[in-house]
Amino acid sequence: MLSGVTVTARRRLGTAMASVLVMALLGGNAASAELRRPRPKLSGTVTVSAASSLTEAFTEIGAKFEKANRAAHITFNFGSSSTLELQIEQGAPADVFASADLTNMDKLLAAGKVASPAILARNQLEIAVKPANPQHVRSIADLANVGVVALCAEAVPCGKYANQILARAGVKIPPDRITRGQDVKATLTAVSAGDADAAIVYVTDVRAAKSSVEGVSIPEAHNTVAVYPIATLIGGSHLKLAKAFVAYVRSSAAQRILERHGFLAP
Amino acid sequence: MSGRVRRSGSLNDTGSLPPDADGMPASGTRARTRPHPGGRVPLAVVLVGGAAALFFFALPLAGLLGRAPWSRLVDDVTSPVARDALRLSLICSVCATALAVVFGVPLAWLLARADFRGRALVRALVLLPMVLPPVVGGVALLRAFSRTGLVGEWLYDALGIQFTFHTSGVVLAEAFVAMPFLVLTVEAGLRAIDTRYEDAAATLGAGQWTRFWRVTLRFLAPSLAAGAALAWARALGEFGATITFAGNIQGRTETLPLAVYLQLETNQDLAITLSLVLLAISVAVLVLLRDRWLGALR
Repeated sequence: MLSGVTVTARRRLGTAMASVLVMALLGGNAASAELRRPRPKLSGTVTVSAASSLTEAFTEIGAKFEKANRAAHITFNFGSSSTLELQIEQGAPADVFASADLTNMDKLLAAGKVASPAILARNQLEIAVKPANPQHVRSIADLANVGVVALCAEAVPCGKYANQILARAGVKIPPDRITRGQDVKATLTAVSAGDADAAIVYVTDVRAAKSSVEGVSIPEAHNTVAVYPIATLIGGSHLKLAKAFVAYVRSSAAQRILERHGFLAP
Repeated sequence: MSGRVRRSGSLNDTGSLPPDADGMPASGTRARTRPHPGGRVPLAVVLVGGAAALFFFALPLAGLLGRAPWSRLVDDVTSPVARDALRLSLICSVCATALAVVFGVPLAWLLARADFRGRALVRALVLLPMVLPPVVGGVALLRAFSRTGLVGEWLYDALGIQFTFHTSGVVLAEAFVAMPFLVLTVEAGLRAIDTRYEDAAATLGAGQWTRFWRVTLRFLAPSLAAGAALAWARALGEFGATITFAGNIQGRTETLPLAVYLQLETNQDLAITLSLVLLAISVAVLVLLRDRWLGALR
């Protein structure tokens, strides 16, 4: 009982501190002014192009956001960050971009397509294997000796991270046993629904796939940290709503959802 | 034997003429559609038809050709990724077409000539891959032929055969999506053949195989060529079922369309070059088909 109260109190304190942090991030004056005024009603539809590893967390966050803002609609376009970057660069309509690496955000920043990106979360990678780990994969080194290993395409962030991890561990998988997925979800599907024996994907994807795969963690020495930036697009149609969504993603409520899906705090 | 397999009677009863060169049924009662004497086409049709030709066909083609990195074309086409993809695409699509012919012709024969219960159901089943999204087809293939699939599990455990992540899986996926095109075309061709020619051959003492090789096949050839070409083109362009079922391993299952899609992000020039290769092959086949095979048979 007592501990329950303490936990609640601590959680409240945490929420309070987090909201102070958010206010600070939003710019102290603007935030307090906003609190005094009745919140302006947000309406319209924004398109959020997000890295496919954000699929589950963002779908949940989007639903929460829509519930809080009845007139607002969030349309998601999930795909590999590199595909989304290419789409946006070639004029695909989007209001918010959330990438699984800094590279693709930087490309759009350099192209003058996005404004002031902020970090929304971080992630790590893991080995995914079939349930019960029939091939007894224990480490990165074991990947050189199992059947087919699924990795993301080399342009896709998770593909680059996987290459870094393999290089750091000094492991070389024969090219004719590497199948390349077009994004992290497709890569994991090769294990969960197909005949690939292992994949290198994000910790969050293994968790999202529930019992269809099993995770084998990668030691810190070899692992890498994926940084997820988010930004509104310049020239988007509903800039106000887009900014509100970005702010919401960085709010404590959304951060808790991200954390529950296995993401690390920014 | 012919007693068990009844011929579809309609063509016999109407006293139809032999099929024309296109293998289309030449109906005795309906005249061939000809343009109106004045050759007049309503303006609206010209506008809509012209717009369709422009927007759906000419512009995308122009976009591809306009972005082509002509100066690096040769280097790109001979790069390892391109060579592997090209080789795989050609081998797999030809094998898939061969499979489609070997299995598709008897299937079309059955659908066209045999009268059995559930024929409509069988036809619907055969045509399903035409309308099914290829990715769904890939998942279906996985459920049937993966190492844990309905048949795949047995194939792997008993015989050590694995289609997934293997070139044979690409052939299987391509044949799966391509065969309906052949079956449909050949079935239409078979229905258009006047069975009295075969009957006449039979009265002259020709056995079943002789009748097939020397009579039926002669009439069927244009449909067969057209069906095979359609199936081959479909197999060559196959993407969804292939990447889902056979994976994407360079040199083993990464065909041209897969390479185009994945190179688009790393090397757009190479992706466009590969697209042009696909385009050139398709155009070459269309031209060849028209002038050589179909033309010679006309």
